Amino acid sequence: MDFTPHTEEDLRKMKMAIGIEKIDELFSDIPEEVKFKGKLNLPEGVSEQELVNLLKQLSQKNTTTEDYINFLGAGAYEHFIPSVIDHVISRSEFYTSYTPYQPEISQGMLQAIFEYQTMICELTGMEVSNASLYDGASALAEAVEMACNFIGNKKILVSRTIHPEYLQVVKTYTQFRDIEIIEVPWVKGNTDLEALIKNLDDKTAAYVIQYPNFFGIVEDLDTLQTRVEKNNALFIVVADPISLALLKPPGDFGADIVVGEGQSLGNPLQFGGPYLGFMAAKKKLIRKMPGRIVGETKDVNNVRGYVLTLQTREQHIRRERATSNICSNEALCALAAAVYLTYMGKKGLRAVAEQCLLKANYLYENICKLEHYHKVFDGPFFKEFVVKTDHDVEYLNKELQKHRIFGGLNLERFYPELKNHLLVCVTETKTKQELDYFLARLEGIV
Amino acid sequence: MKREKKLIFEISKPGRKSYSLPKLDWIQKDVSDLIPEKLLREKPPELPEVCEIDLVRHYTELSKRNHGVDSGFYPLGSCTMKYNPKVNENISRFKGFTKIHPYQWEETVQGALQLMYEMNDYLCEISGMDYITLQPAAGSHGELTGLMVIKAYLNHIGEGHRYKVLVPDSAHGTNPASAAMCGFEVKEIKSNARGCVDIDELKAQADENTAALMLTNPNTLGLFEEDILEISEIVHQAGGLLYYDGANANAIMGITRPGDMGFDVVHFNLHKTFSTPHGGGGPGAGPVGVKEKLEPFLPVPRIEKHSEKDFYYLDYNKPLSIGRVRVFYGNFGVITKAYAYIRAVGPEGLKKVSEYAVLNANYLMSQLKKYYFLPYDRCCKHEFVVSGKKQAKHGVRALDIAKRLIDYGYHPPTIYFPLIVQEALMIEPTETESLETLDEFINAMKQIAEEAEKTPEKVKNAPYTTVVGRLDEVTVARKPKTRWTRV
Amino acid sequence: MYPRDLKYTKEHEWIRVEGDEGTVGITHFAQKELGDIVFVELPEEGEEVVQGDSLAVIESVKAVSDVYSPISGTIIQVNQRLEDEPELINKDPYDEGWIVVIKIKDKDELEDLMSNEEYQELLEGEED
Repeated sequence: MDFTPHTEEDLRKMKMAIGIEKIDELFSDIPEEVKFKGKLNLPEGVSEQELVNLLKQLSQKNTTTEDYINFLGAGAYEHFIPSVIDHVISRSEFYTSYTPYQPEISQGMLQAIFEYQTMICELTGMEVSNASLYDGASALAEAVEMACNFIGNKKILVSRTIHPEYLQVVKTYTQFRDIEIIEVPWVKGNTDLEALIKNLDDKTAAYVIQYPNFFGIVEDLDTLQTRVEKNNALFIVVADPISLALLKPPGDFGADIVVGEGQSLGNPLQFGGPYLGFMAAKKKLIRKMPGRIVGETKDVNNVRGYVLTLQTREQHIRRERATSNICSNEALCALAAAVYLTYMGKKGLRAVAEQCLLKANYLYENICKLEHYHKVFDGPFFKEFVVKTDHDVEYLNKELQKHRIFGGLNLERFYPELKNHLLVCVTETKTKQELDYFLARLEGIV
Repeated sequence: MKREKKLIFEISKPGRKSYSLPKLDWIQKDVSDLIPEKLLREKPPELPEVCEIDLVRHYTELSKRNHGVDSGFYPLGSCTMKYNPKVNENISRFKGFTKIHPYQWEETVQGALQLMYEMNDYLCEISGMDYITLQPAAGSHGELTGLMVIKAYLNHIGEGHRYKVLVPDSAHGTNPASAAMCGFEVKEIKSNARGCVDIDELKAQADENTAALMLTNPNTLGLFEEDILEISEIVHQAGGLLYYDGANANAIMGITRPGDMGFDVVHFNLHKTFSTPHGGGGPGAGPVGVKEKLEPFLPVPRIEKHSEKDFYYLDYNKPLSIGRVRVFYGNFGVITKAYAYIRAVGPEGLKKVSEYAVLNANYLMSQLKKYYFLPYDRCCKHEFVVSGKKQAKHGVRALDIAKRLIDYGYHPPTIYFPLIVQEALMIEPTETESLETLDEFINAMKQIAEEAEKTPEKVKNAPYTTVVGRLDEVTVARKPKTRWTRV
Repeated sequence: MYPRDLKYTKEHEWIRVEGDEGTVGITHFAQKELGDIVFVELPEEGEEVVQGDSLAVIESVKAVSDVYSPISGTIIQVNQRLEDEPELINKDPYDEGWIVVIKIKDKDELEDLMSNEEYQELLEGEED
């Protein structure tokens, strides 16, 4: 395929105007030694028809969550995606635009992000939100660095019940910054509050809890809030946005920064990306936030409009002293999230959350009635739960695949102490028939 | 033309809805049976309540208030706003690409792994590097990743004391910001009269404490750093590494390769060079390529191929790796589009892309210098920078020229960047624009230059044709209102 | 424009010395160059500063600028009004737009600063 427009006649005119005979002359300032000789060793270009066939074949080598019944979650969730979303984000005025630096011709994206920020504030119970970050894990890493900058300390307590890959990302981001990461253990699937409180001192910049946590358990932030004595450290919560339609928002428990993965809001699984990290915070933190922020203002005629604001925080102005190096957001994913939240609305999102909760609970109760599957953790859970099995998990999952089921995540992968433990996710997409089928297949494994 | 647009919250009406969900009459339990009351939300979030038609009209109207490449010419310098092929949009939506979970078993995602594995090979070939990671989500994320790899490598070979990262004064703001985020100190290198790295200053700065030099070539003035081999030698002699900011790679595909110029680390911006769209500011993707000695430090997991079994897999066993920079494996959906783009145009097509991008830029420059001051009058690469200095004498600033261009139907160029040019207008036409489009733009720029001289007020009050006029950025920065609240 | 009773730095700060205390702000020229000031990051009272150290950060919409201390000493007062009304620096840089009061450690350092005439000469040089 070829997306360039020039005819022979065009080329002749242009070369003449520039005063060259051959295009090669435009590259004469490149030293001969570094010029690439010959042709790049890549497959030859193809027609659109061939391209579509080629990629179709490649895509068909994957088994999809449409082909199999999927019970994998763990940070990437299969929620129903309403048709309107793809229609909206396929408006090419959105997806072929870039950062709205020229607000007069970018009011569409700016307003959509302003609305997105409002929705994130509403869900999290916080005062301000940015325009989104790369994903939930990098949003947490940014929150940790923001807390260190704000507080002036470099010790961070992180519960081991947060997504293990999030913890890995936090460690990667902070490894050259002298930031100390202290891992807080868990008991019965919940953060060990005693251990958290014991480690929390006046050198702590922040403490991090996931809500619901990686095991699906809704951590008791109420008790945490009453138990933790007054201190300077910031309270960072990693939250599942859909659960927040049902659960008390972190802001009500005194959270200072709330981050999380926004993928479940209308974005497909896509093998892990692109997703979006959301970040909301208390107002006092706004000038330390990373990423873009949209603000409402008026134009010269007093007409309401939107602009990127507080840009002095950002790399293009503050350079090495910026709050972060981030310069894009995940605008189109944030747009999808905003459309999703609009579509679901005040009541719909709660209904989705209820279905997740009730269906997950139905499956859990019934799995635990089966012979080789056991309850191990305490506490209420949202859409994911952990069961222990007498079977080898790898074997079990292989068996399930024979029945077109993607079973649960093998927790031993991240927690060596959790051998034979399975993390199972149930969203509103699952039907009674599918859940019963899954139960029957589990029961049938010998 | 000027008109306010209601917010979705102002369209909302209690009782309206778009959603529908399957019945749940087979479960008798209630929420309150499962979650303790103290953890349950008391007041629902203030989300909109609208019918589907309200939703669609709202967002359709918003889209009309936005300018994209499909709306018209978008010569935003250093951003490579080229045409985004529609077929890539379709391909990335194949269910075999969208409906796969990142923790699925490797044998069920062989297509995805193969695509990423081959993409690694393609990017190695295009950049002249040995290994690639696709994990970083954007260019600046790639910079951070690349610098962390450098830091880990230096620590490993006992050179961890090297604390300086050298950055030219013409560099993108992300370069110093990324270096600082990685714990380095930033030292600025001045440009010389030809707009390139000042070799003497580089020699003076490159020493036993230098970790790396970050460079984009062609640089942000659109000029090729002709002394690249000498630059490379100076930095390497001093024991530092060379980092290539790939923001401007659209100028060099099939013509020269960062790896051959002596660079040790490279990042790509797939949304720029390989035309996965910019998405209103993201998602992009910022793969990083390195030379062999840096390979052990790349993020995990790496994508590997078991040749005998013809099986692709994820390798986590890299003890020296810096770790992960995000969850899962990268912006797969974006990578899919870039892969499709490379397969569609092929090696000759990529070279033509760069040739025409450079041709278009030089053509525009040759015509615009008649009306605007050109601070570096020499052959450019894919972009160039003119200055509004002449117009500033009439009180018309680069910002005013940019705003007036909007009335002519164009997205303005990048302005006030690079910082070393006064009243900078940084223009990148890309290869996908036709001669007619370029000529029309030249004509508009010519008319604006005339207006600046004869009727400067007209330019200074632009734009006139947009849904809002110039916005008050001062009041909002003093007292930011960043969300809607019910009054 | 540049009061006679003040001392100036080449980074465009001024200081008004009364006894062993000095009030510090930025000059008319500096506020004009920055444009509309939107935010001032202020230091804490009690902080020690060394001559030439950054003691505050001033932000306009698209620029950030450090305020360097003209003198060494202890910050004994901070203009809290700037938190809500940063525009005071634009409106009245020498009076209501003051930034901090410093208890001066070493008065000899004042010798390094410029008179209003010297400062104006410097500005004429910069405008060329």
